[in-house]
Amino acid sequence: MLRYFLYRLALLIPTFIGVTIVAFFFIRILPGDPVQVLAGERGVSPERHAEVLARLGFDRPLWEQYFSYLWNVLRGDFGISFASKRPVAQEFFSRFPATVELALCAMIIATALGIPAGILAAVKRGTWIDQATMGTALVGYSMPIFWWGMLLIILFSGILHWTPVSGRIALNYFFPSVTGFMLIDSLLSGQKGAFLSALHYLVLPTVVLATIPLAVIARQTRSAMLEVLGEDYVRTARAKGLQPRRIIGIHALRNAMIPVITTIGLQVGLLMAGAILTETIFSWPGIGKWMIEAVNKRDYFVVQSGLLLIALIIMAVNLIVDVLYAVINPRIRHQ
Amino acid sequence: MSAPVAETAPRKSGSMSGLRETWFYFSQNRGAVAGLVIMSLLVLIAIFSPWIAPHDPARIYNGSFLVPPVWQEGGDARFVFGTDAIGRDILSRLMHGARYSMLIGAVVVSISLVGGIVLGLIAGYFRGWVDALIMRIMDIILAFPSLLLALVLVTVLGPGLFNAMLAIALVLQPHFARLTRAAVIAEYSREYVTSAKVAGAGHLRLMFVTILPNCVAPLIVQATLSFSSAILDAAALGFLGLGAQPPAPEWGTMLADAREFILRAWWVITIPGLAILVTVLAINLIGDGLRDALDPKLKRS
Amino acid sequence: MKLMTTLLSATALVAMMAGGAYAKQLVYCSEGSPEGFDPALWSAGTTFDASSRAVMNRLVDFELGGSTIVPSLAESWTISEDGTEITFNLRKGVKWQTTAYFTPTREFNADDVVWSINRQFDPASPWANYVDGASYQYFDSTGFKAALKSVEKIDDYTVKFVFNQADSTVFVNFPMDFLSIGSAEYATQLEAAGNMAQFNQLPVGTGKFQFVDYQTDTVIRYKSNPDHFGGASPINDLIFAITKEPAAAQEALKAGQCDVIPYPIPGDVAGLRQDPNLVVTETAGENVGFIAFNTQQKPFDNPKVRQALNLAVNREAILEGVYAGQAVLARNPLPASSWASDPSNEVPAYDPEAAKALLAEAGVSDLSMKLWWMPVARPYNPNGKRMGELLQADWASIGVKVELVSMDWPVYLEQSASVERDGAVMIGWGADNADPDNFLGVLLSCAAVGTNNRAQWCYEPYDTLIKKAKATFDQAERTEIYHEAQKVFHEQTPWVLLAHSNQYIAHNKRVVNFKQDPLGYHRFDGADVTE
Repeated sequence: MLRYFLYRLALLIPTFIGVTIVAFFFIRILPGDPVQVLAGERGVSPERHAEVLARLGFDRPLWEQYFSYLWNVLRGDFGISFASKRPVAQEFFSRFPATVELALCAMIIATALGIPAGILAAVKRGTWIDQATMGTALVGYSMPIFWWGMLLIILFSGILHWTPVSGRIALNYFFPSVTGFMLIDSLLSGQKGAFLSALHYLVLPTVVLATIPLAVIARQTRSAMLEVLGEDYVRTARAKGLQPRRIIGIHALRNAMIPVITTIGLQVGLLMAGAILTETIFSWPGIGKWMIEAVNKRDYFVVQSGLLLIALIIMAVNLIVDVLYAVINPRIRHQ
Repeated sequence: MSAPVAETAPRKSGSMSGLRETWFYFSQNRGAVAGLVIMSLLVLIAIFSPWIAPHDPARIYNGSFLVPPVWQEGGDARFVFGTDAIGRDILSRLMHGARYSMLIGAVVVSISLVGGIVLGLIAGYFRGWVDALIMRIMDIILAFPSLLLALVLVTVLGPGLFNAMLAIALVLQPHFARLTRAAVIAEYSREYVTSAKVAGAGHLRLMFVTILPNCVAPLIVQATLSFSSAILDAAALGFLGLGAQPPAPEWGTMLADAREFILRAWWVITIPGLAILVTVLAINLIGDGLRDALDPKLKRS
Repeated sequence: MKLMTTLLSATALVAMMAGGAYAKQLVYCSEGSPEGFDPALWSAGTTFDASSRAVMNRLVDFELGGSTIVPSLAESWTISEDGTEITFNLRKGVKWQTTAYFTPTREFNADDVVWSINRQFDPASPWANYVDGASYQYFDSTGFKAALKSVEKIDDYTVKFVFNQADSTVFVNFPMDFLSIGSAEYATQLEAAGNMAQFNQLPVGTGKFQFVDYQTDTVIRYKSNPDHFGGASPINDLIFAITKEPAAAQEALKAGQCDVIPYPIPGDVAGLRQDPNLVVTETAGENVGFIAFNTQQKPFDNPKVRQALNLAVNREAILEGVYAGQAVLARNPLPASSWASDPSNEVPAYDPEAAKALLAEAGVSDLSMKLWWMPVARPYNPNGKRMGELLQADWASIGVKVELVSMDWPVYLEQSASVERDGAVMIGWGADNADPDNFLGVLLSCAAVGTNNRAQWCYEPYDTLIKKAKATFDQAERTEIYHEAQKVFHEQTPWVLLAHSNQYIAHNKRVVNFKQDPLGYHRFDGADVTE
């Protein structure tokens, strides 16, 4: 097992180097002068300009800049944000929990609803239940989620006044950020109602972000189940007179879960893309919104290191999924 | 020389009987047919929009800013779906916007399909270091969330519709490359390829004439799905202000412009979004139908 | 859905309990995150609201709700005969704020003033570059650095500023944010601890409120400074809840989660006014939105072409479509409220026929040009894209083809300032202070070509007038010179003048004594809340 893990890890090294190259060079070819960006709307004098350029190391040859960048990344130094003048890593990890919280809740909802929906559709294959479930799933799958988010805001915030438009918790709650996860921090704070408030703020963004993964999981579960239900051993079990519920519960489900788990793992990249839009619509203070702002503000090191960190996280999650997959399905390891 | 190749090839979607069979299964699927009908309508609208749109999409009607749809109080019979913030007819803009969506889908799919097929064929055919290099590059592209990568790319290239299409094509392309490569590897060891090789076919001929036609089925499905992804991603980029530039009536851009009216003028938000949803849904219905029709495993049950 | 309503009422109930009887709390839903907390480093109004306006004072300040300069940390000042020296007599007994991270051992004195200036002025100061990549941009760009010769401590409560030459526009810098006075003792402590960056993160001042805590992009908390020399604030806790979406801020205001919001969407102002729980205040904005031609390039070097394009603009449509009617069409390149504004000038007429004739007279046909539209909303121009689309249609009607171009805002600012830039560029300006030179000089002088003078317009007769006004100290005399300069401006038309947009604040009616600031600050000095 360890050997497999190490092998997969080694495979990631060229990808990692490639990712650093991409992140680094994107930023070099971005139009605009970094020093002007740094200076803000009022401009700088030419002497100061040259001085800052030299201090940032932008006057050195590109390859030299790249290697010093790579070296810094390996030491955990991701540069300084132009906008806030704080280390990028610090900025990233202060926002990261907000995105993780949103993404995790979305994944939980998507899995908790998607798998039963998929099983139901598979078992009731061809009936109106199947068609309705899969029809809904296809609509969800086709949804432009930035629009979907706005529709939900119009309905639930604008017309019904049930949910807040943006933010993470009502403003009358104030407690220090311990874990960065609002749901946990609100519980830790011991303030009455804080947890409910945090939950209340989380509902709409979660629903929006969960929409596409939910649809994908439901569709994937259905086809995996159909495939398994058609396999010989299930037919045999059925022929032996086993109860349908047992067949679905024990034999079919366990085998159908293998591709479904992979699908869930692969959603991470999609989820990150979804988070960009969801966070923009709900002003959710996470990584996606931070990246968009950084791109708009030309915050060079944030874009560069943000891209890199996000890619690293996705690579890490995919690695974990691969390894988990190998644990469930030993055949893979020996290939 | 090509005769034995055709005989030994196990299934060839390009052949007449294959096509007929596919169409048969496809037409059995009501959703897919509905998708096809909607899609055909959209294409017709896109083509004929300059003639059928009631207004010039860029024409500004002073004094008719933010007119609600005709069925709502305050509506104006001239503007069926109402007008936007500077008095342009939303229906006409939607019709012209269909052109952009169809164009985006077609261009993006063409670029990524061609690029992906070439890279995938080369990787799968030659294997070895060429394969490793190409596939690592694809891994690198896939390591980033597609929308984020497209976003940064467009920022680098400068905002605009063409650059947005290019960026989306680049991020969608690895899927085609991977798919083609996998199919090529599977086909490569088959008998008909070996016999063609024995018959003395060159690399190019083997790659494009012998192997490629047998990998077409999954590529068609992927192309359909990419068509809808392209429309969604372009709309998302437009929504983030990096897609089509004014006064182009691209649907995502229309939504971005309408954002400030979210609590005041529902129609400027709801209607363009609905257009995106319907289009993407129709394409996905077609894609599902094609997949089922082309996938022998699902056909039998 | 039933569950949802239950959840909601539970939250509401707890909210009521939490807002107990003791602490008076005011929640301001600010429009963005501050860049930092050392105002001298930054340029955004958002940053000033959160740092200098809440926490600090200056030697002199703007009066609450106005732009008149009043004593603050200095009780009085004298300007020397020749206009080159300003001497401030400092207030005694002013206490520095005591916070979790700083306990002062002495009161405010002249050392603090000298330190606050010299850290920006003296390149050898350890504070000259204390935040990586940040610079004292206002100190430099306002020309204060160039004008200043020295700052001297006469005694503990007297400070003298010496300038290189007599300049009537220097004094107006003193109430500005970059000249906020910080604690030299705090700075020395941080320096000794090797933690200078904290100066930009945890501010200490003499102001009405003291800093408690900042959660990035989310919330800033302050509490009342009990020792403020003007008396403690009636509210105990001031909260800046960062709400970047204006629509979201409006909803939160209606729901009672925010007490005050800045920048409501112009089109929603009428709706907010109808809400019986809300108060909407407005001021004529101290700003101007305009379009600057590149007057150094053909055919825009010809005033007739500029006038023609100016005549073809349907300003009423822009007023409605872009500003939602919440602006005043501009008659002059500086706000109508300025004492130097010439009321006899009219809003340029809308006359496409005359425009065509002028173009023909200038011998220009088949003109196609670029129009740069702003990718961001600014108070002086809430929607550049929409304005661009309207102008494109207007100018098409006189046969001018317009290509709309844009780019990211930082790049836009940089490239639109270049002399080589083509076409016309949408831009604007918000007042830093109440001096007319802040518009007429900063935006249109020869010295500003290549930077803030985006029309690249260096016109000798105009420039001479502006320079003369700068060296004149008598206001009546200056007014006359500025009126003349505005006449020249209209004859030459380097800009298409658009509008001064009104500034709005919406607040819950439980907030009392809150005064809207004409310069666009958000200050909570005198504000109180009733239950």
